[in-house]
Amino acid sequence: MDYLLLQMLNGVQLGLLMFLLAAGLTLTFGIMDLVNLAHGSLYMMGAYIAWTLIGWTDSFVLGAILALPTTFLLGIVVEAVVMRRLYARDHLDQVLATFGLILFFNELVRVIWGPAGKSISVPQFLSHTVEILPGLPYPAYRFAIIAVGAVVAVLLAWLVARTRVGMLIRAGASNRRMIAALGINIELLFSLVFGLGAVFAALAGLMAAPLTSVKIGMGDDILILAFVIIVIGGIGSIKGAFVAAMLVGQIDIVGRAFLPDFLKTFMSTAAASSAAPAISQVLVYVVMAGVLIWRPTGLFGQRT
Amino acid sequence: MKTKLFGPTTIVALALSLPAMAQSPIKIGFVSTFSGPQAAIGEDMRRSAELAKEHLGGKMGGKPFEIVYEDDTFKPDVGKQKSEKLVQQDKVNFVTGYIWSNVLLASLKAVTDEGDTILVSANAGPSQIAGNLCNKNFFSTSWNNDQTPMAMGEYLQKKGVKSLYLMAPNYAAGKDMMAGVKRTFKGEIKGEDFTKWPDQLDFSAELAKIRAAKPDGIFIFYPGAHGVQFLTQYAASGLKGQVPLYQVFSIDAITLPQQKDLALGILGAQEWVNDLPNDANKKYVADFKKKHGTYPSFYGAQSYDAIMLIASAAEALKGDLSNKDKVRAEMKKANFKSVRGDFKFGNNNFPIENFYIQDTVKDAAGMLTLKTVATAVTAAVDPYASKCPMK
Repeated sequence: MDYLLLQMLNGVQLGLLMFLLAAGLTLTFGIMDLVNLAHGSLYMMGAYIAWTLIGWTDSFVLGAILALPTTFLLGIVVEAVVMRRLYARDHLDQVLATFGLILFFNELVRVIWGPAGKSISVPQFLSHTVEILPGLPYPAYRFAIIAVGAVVAVLLAWLVARTRVGMLIRAGASNRRMIAALGINIELLFSLVFGLGAVFAALAGLMAAPLTSVKIGMGDDILILAFVIIVIGGIGSIKGAFVAAMLVGQIDIVGRAFLPDFLKTFMSTAAASSAAPAISQVLVYVVMAGVLIWRPTGLFGQRT
Repeated sequence: MKTKLFGPTTIVALALSLPAMAQSPIKIGFVSTFSGPQAAIGEDMRRSAELAKEHLGGKMGGKPFEIVYEDDTFKPDVGKQKSEKLVQQDKVNFVTGYIWSNVLLASLKAVTDEGDTILVSANAGPSQIAGNLCNKNFFSTSWNNDQTPMAMGEYLQKKGVKSLYLMAPNYAAGKDMMAGVKRTFKGEIKGEDFTKWPDQLDFSAELAKIRAAKPDGIFIFYPGAHGVQFLTQYAASGLKGQVPLYQVFSIDAITLPQQKDLALGILGAQEWVNDLPNDANKKYVADFKKKHGTYPSFYGAQSYDAIMLIASAAEALKGDLSNKDKVRAEMKKANFKSVRGDFKFGNNNFPIENFYIQDTVKDAAGMLTLKTVATAVTAAVDPYASKCPMK
C-alpha cells in the first residue's frame, strides 16, 4: 500500500512536469497551427538560463524566478525572428525549420556553456525528505514540483476560462481566421501565446534540472512524450493536455514499477527483466493508438 | 566549354602531393562521442589521445602520424557510417575510440572484416566480441564488460554483503554488467531493473522499489551523464545513509564535478585509477592535470594506452605497416608501458589485468578525485575467452 502510494505520487509528479511542457506545445499547435519541434529547446534553454542566474544570484528560487521573464523574452524573440515566417507555410516546412532551430540551440548551448553538462543542486530548504506516512519518506523537492505544477495548472485553467486573453486563446483554437476577421490583433496574441509556452517549457526544464542534470539535447528526449500527450489530449485543449499528462505519467510509472513483477509471475526472471522495459516503452504509444481509434481528435479535441 | 585535363592547377597539385606521399604519415581514426549529452567523455578521450601524441613527439616508428576524429553522435548507425568513412575514404591504418558497446558492435565488421583494418577499442568491451565474435583485427585496451562488475561482486562477496538490488540501462553493456556482477556475487538478488536507454532520466519508480525491497546494497551501472542523475536522485530519495551504493563506471573524473560531495565514500571498481604508482601513469596524470586542470578519466587513460599500443607496434616495425600479420603479431605483444601497469593480451585480444576498488575522496587541494583502496582481483581473464576460437 505504501509502495503503491509512493509510485502514484511519482506518476503525478512526472505527469505535472510533462503537463507544463505539453501546455505550451498544445497552445502553439492548436492556436497558431504551428508544429514546433524546437519546444524541447526552450525547455533546455530554461534550464541553462536558470543555471546561470542561480550562479549569479546564489539562490535557487531567485534564479528560477528571474529565468522565467528571460525565457519569455527569448520566446518573443524566437517567435518574431523565425516562427512568424512559418505560419502561412505547411507543416512540413515548419518541421524542417524548427528542426533546424533544435540544431541551432544545441550548438548555441555548446558555444556558450560548453559540451559538458551542468548541474543544479536541489535548494537547501528542499533537500530533506518529508514523511508522507510514518516510515515512508518522499523527497521534499518532488513535493515542491507537484505543488508548483498544480498551482500553474490552476492558474492556466483560470487564464483560459476566465480572462479576456483566455477567451481569445479559446477562440483562436476553434477558428483562427474568424478572430482575425473580427479585428483582434492576432500577431500580438501569437507572440503572447508563444512566449507563455516558452515560460512553461522553461519552468519544466529548470524544475527537472536538479533531478536530471542540465545537458545539451535534454529537451529532445522528452519532446516526443509531450507530442504524445497533446495528441491523446486533443490538440489545442489545455484540459486535454492535463488529463493526458496525468495518464501518461501513471502509465510510465506502472510500466516501470509493476510490469516486471507482473511478467515474472509467468515468465523466467531473465526474460521478464528484458521484456518489461521493451513493453513499458511501447505502452504509451499503444494507449495513444487506442485513444485515436476511439476518438480520432483526442480526448478533448475539437470535432471536425 | 571544354575542360583541360591537365591544367596548371592539376600539375601544381600533383607536385604538392609528391612529398606528402613520400612521407605517408600513419593515420589513426578515432570514433567517439563529441556532441550531445555525453560529449564530455569524447572530449576527455581526445585530450588523452592528443597528450599521447605529444609524448610521442608526433611520431611513431620514425614516421609522423595523425589522428582523425569522428563523432558517432551517440548513435550506432552513425558510428558505423563514420567507421566506414575512416576505413574507405581516409584509408586509416587503425581505428580506435568507441565508448559504447552498441556503437562498437555496429561498427566492428565494417572495420575489421570489410576493411581488414585493426580496431583498438579504448572502452567498449561487449561480451560478443570477447567470445564467439572475437576477431584477429580487434584489440582492447579496456576490458570485457563483465569484468569490472565481476570485480565489484567479488569484493562485495568477501565483504559479507548479504543482498543486492541491481540497476542498469537496457542495452548491450547494461546486460553484460548485470550478468557480470551475478557471476561473482552469490548473495541474494532482491531485485533487478533495466531502465530505458538512453532517454530515461527519472529513477523515482525504481528507487521506490528499492526502498520496498530493503536490500543490503545497491549495485548500479550508469555511465556518464546518467551517473550524475542517478546519484542526485539516490541522495534526494533519502536512501543515502540507509542503503549503501556500489557502482561501476558511474563515478569518474568527468562526472565528479557535477556529482560533487554526493559521490564521497561511494565505492566502485576499475582497472585503472589515477593514483596507480607506476611511472607511465604518474607522467600521464601529471601532464594531463597541468594542461587541463582536471584529473583524467579511465576513458582517457584507455585512449592514451590505445595510442601507445599502436605506437609500440609501429616502433617495432620501424613504421612499415604494410604486412598486417606482422602488425597483429606486434600488437599482441602489448610491449609498451601501460598506465595501468604492464598487462598481457589473452587469446581473444582482451587484456589480462588487475581490477581495483576505488573510493571518492578530496585531494590536498580540495578537488574531488578517486583513490585506490584495495585490489579486487589480479590478472583477471574474462569469462568469454574460452568461447573464442582464436589461440
